[in-house]
Amino acid sequence: MRSEPVVQVQALVKRYGTKTAVDGLDLEAGAGVTAVLGPNGAGKTTTVETCEGYRKPDSGTVRVLGLDPVRQSAELRPRIGVMLQSGGVYSGARADEMLRHVARLHAHPLDVDALIERLGLGSCGRTSYRRLSGGQQQRLALAMAVVGRPELVFLDEPTAGLDPQARRATWDLVRDLRADGVSVILTTHHMDEAEELADDVAIIDGGKVIAHGSPEELCKGGAENTLRFSGRPGLDVGSLLNALPDGCTAAELTPGAYRVVGKVDPQLLATVTSWCAQHGVMPDRISVERHTLEDVFLELTGKELRS
Amino acid sequence: MTTASGTYAPRPGAAPLPRMIAAQAALETRMLLRNGEQLLLTVVIPTLLLVLFSSVDIVDTGKGKAVDFLAPGVLALAVMSTAFTGQAIATGFERRYGVLKRLAASPLPRWGLMTAKTVSVLVTEVFQVVLLTVIALALGWSPHGGPVAVLLLLVLGTAAFSGLGLLMAGTLKAEATLAAANLVFLLLLVGGGVVVPLDRFGPAGQHVLGLLPISALSDGLRAVLQHGAGTPWGDLGILAVWAVVGLAAAGRFFRWE
Repeated sequence: MRSEPVVQVQALVKRYGTKTAVDGLDLEAGAGVTAVLGPNGAGKTTTVETCEGYRKPDSGTVRVLGLDPVRQSAELRPRIGVMLQSGGVYSGARADEMLRHVARLHAHPLDVDALIERLGLGSCGRTSYRRLSGGQQQRLALAMAVVGRPELVFLDEPTAGLDPQARRATWDLVRDLRADGVSVILTTHHMDEAEELADDVAIIDGGKVIAHGSPEELCKGGAENTLRFSGRPGLDVGSLLNALPDGCTAAELTPGAYRVVGKVDPQLLATVTSWCAQHGVMPDRISVERHTLEDVFLELTGKELRS
Repeated sequence: MTTASGTYAPRPGAAPLPRMIAAQAALETRMLLRNGEQLLLTVVIPTLLLVLFSSVDIVDTGKGKAVDFLAPGVLALAVMSTAFTGQAIATGFERRYGVLKRLAASPLPRWGLMTAKTVSVLVTEVFQVVLLTVIALALGWSPHGGPVAVLLLLVLGTAAFSGLGLLMAGTLKAEATLAAANLVFLLLLVGGGVVVPLDRFGPAGQHVLGLLPISALSDGLRAVLQHGAGTPWGDLGILAVWAVVGLAAAGRFFRWE
């Protein structure tokens, strides 16, 4: 799928007053789905809104589909679809009315009725936007982003506040877009969303990209996998460590709760269980934890909560 | 679910510009006509004032039939209610709710959006003028003067009030715009020669108030429609200055989000 980058950001800096929101950020996104992942305030929205042409970089360059989003906005706008984090609709407009309107601004829009059906917006009926549920408002914003048949869609936290069904429906649509050759840039702080959907993940923190790669690559790098088991307290961890291959660590975290960190494979599992057998230990609740994107994310961005 | 069906295969393109502007203007007009508060401002209040003050002798409107004095003033008020108050409030909330932001990412250019807003204001004004004229005629109004001068006054008045309304909507918070636009509407209704003749405010007051866009518009319309004057250049000049200053300031200071 890799070809010409659809988004190319180089050394982007964006400040609001004295606060630096984006601090020398580099990002290249190819065709397919790219997830921009990061804690709140990391600079995700600022980066995406710069790509959409809303903000002028203080320094650095941004190219979207090869165009300057500010200076070549007129050329770029028909080719992209935008879903804002919230709002964007006349408070008195009905869902179908607004969607039909956005469709009319495009030369070859999607079939509006089919899209309404697809996203379950038919039940909105004659209700005005301000009286729709949060989930309905989100789905309408998503529909407005795709109705013009764009080459590239920007989705800013598309599933924030959605119930599981609506979230699935959104994911399915993103997969269909990708399958039909539409590129997608989405911001999220749901790790599972990035893992499910993205070909590529860029983790942003403090206004910079701190990790970039496919979900698999990101999970392979960084910390290793973990094996946990419970047994009687006070086992000889040093002896266990001797039995393990080089590079592993073993520790008793709380009395009776043991953790082995290393390259967890069938051989390692066998080594641990046979060591247990030799020492007359019945390992209770033995478990292997796959390293998820969430672990990578927390490791890179720190575990403390930030607002 | 994830097989490529081609439904979403990219086929980007902007609709032709006239079609975009027409669609935008139609939507803006529908939103306005659907909004109860806006209708109160643009239709109900001018109609009530016209009917009430023509049939009950509350203010001394000078010599002649009251309706001959009131109809031009109420037409000026109608222009102000749509181009200034209504447009300021609607645009302020569109800005607040991200509508302007979202449309800025659509193929419709910003000037196209502004053109559509102007078309929507003009359509509403045509509707108001027709309605108020019919009511005034039923109340015994006998207008004089040439239609060209009247049209010129209405268009320049619309430009002046649009500039001021958009300036307010594009710089203040939506709630502040709502409050300020209504307050200004009320103050200018009283002090702008709409239903109360300006000479009630004394010579000095009359001079200062006469420079307001609403006074220039109501005075100009009255000169033509009540007294059969030719082109009221003085009033047109005042409106033109307000239009240039207001639109330039709106263009300079308008913030889209």
